[in-house]
Amino acid sequence: MWTFFHKLGSPPWLYAIAGVVLRWLLPITLIALVGGMIWGVLFTAPDFRQGNSYRIIYVHVPAAVVALAGYYVMAIAGAVSLIWRIKMADVVMKAAAPVGAALAFIALFTGAVWGKPTWGTWWVWDARITSMLILLFLYLGVIALYEAFDNKEAAGKACAVLSLVGMVNIPIIYKSVDWWYSLHQPASIKFTGESTIDPSMLYPLLLMIAAFYALFTCCLLMNMRAELLQRESRTQWVKKIAAKEGKR
Amino acid sequence: MHPVRKQRLYLVLFVALFSSAAIGLITYALRGNINLFYPPTEVVSGEAPIGQSIRVGGMVEEGSLLRADDSLAISFTLTDYQASVPVVYSGILPDLFGEGQGAVASGVLSDEGVLQATEILAKHDENYMPPEVAYALENSGYDKKGKTK
Repeated sequence: MWTFFHKLGSPPWLYAIAGVVLRWLLPITLIALVGGMIWGVLFTAPDFRQGNSYRIIYVHVPAAVVALAGYYVMAIAGAVSLIWRIKMADVVMKAAAPVGAALAFIALFTGAVWGKPTWGTWWVWDARITSMLILLFLYLGVIALYEAFDNKEAAGKACAVLSLVGMVNIPIIYKSVDWWYSLHQPASIKFTGESTIDPSMLYPLLLMIAAFYALFTCCLLMNMRAELLQRESRTQWVKKIAAKEGKR
Repeated sequence: MHPVRKQRLYLVLFVALFSSAAIGLITYALRGNINLFYPPTEVVSGEAPIGQSIRVGGMVEEGSLLRADDSLAISFTLTDYQASVPVVYSGILPDLFGEGQGAVASGVLSDEGVLQATEILAKHDENYMPPEVAYALENSGYDKKGKTK
């Protein structure tokens, strides 16, 4: 059991294991994404007030949820690489940032598209939307900070500290609609108590959230594999893979 | 745990804790400014500035919406069921605007306490359901939160 975890610290092993996971997870993710979209867009009833425009929820909410969760992945990987100096944790942190940034952007963009017909505006500086914009900037900040250093070890440390400091933003985003008066409505899916979204609309939404988690994992693993190949490009195992891929 | 790693763990916890405390204090100090709008209670009690551009948010009171026959001018009252603020507005309204629905009006408060709105935004709630479910709930005498009316 423990040897498995220790082996994850070795680049060739991590590369191979990520490849095996991807071979299974990638098709499952695509099926869940397409299935969830078809279910949500074609086979659910329109909302009693918003009509069909509410269907953007099937992209907006999953993207936002996973953008928040992805930040924890990045920050915790950063903390692990700070404390234990595990190189692979640094790879995870670096790989998570662009995926999270893309998801945060999708959430903001779909939110603006949804806001125009329902609220009557693309953008309003309320607590939820502003804190979500800060999340996007934190992701972009981590990416930029990493590139700003020539010494990659120092870059990893700086990014880990930045992502740890930014972690405080996550509960703020989550609770912003309860703490302050905002235009954005409170959450419909509740961990305690009954959700305020009809079950017929909830199940495809839950499927889409699961699919986005899987999508995040796939993108993370693919990014990690690319990063590993780049970092280890002078080593024997990468040269072996390059030779094998070259023959095909 | 190795003492050096333990020290780094404490350092990480320290960074996380103190940055949270700092942000917490900042948001606490700015709590009034983070609110997007004033509820009608605060407007009526005089906490909202007069003659300055502000936002007021609440429910559009049932039966208060009056539309002019020859223009886009409307008037209604925003309420939080404890106090209400009269609003006048002329312009395009969002689709979801209506009586008994949430709205946020931005504009200037006159001395008489009437909000001269320049923009109206609709605020929708977190309830989603198919129309027939809403209709059935309506007829059964329960509101959408499952409480009896």
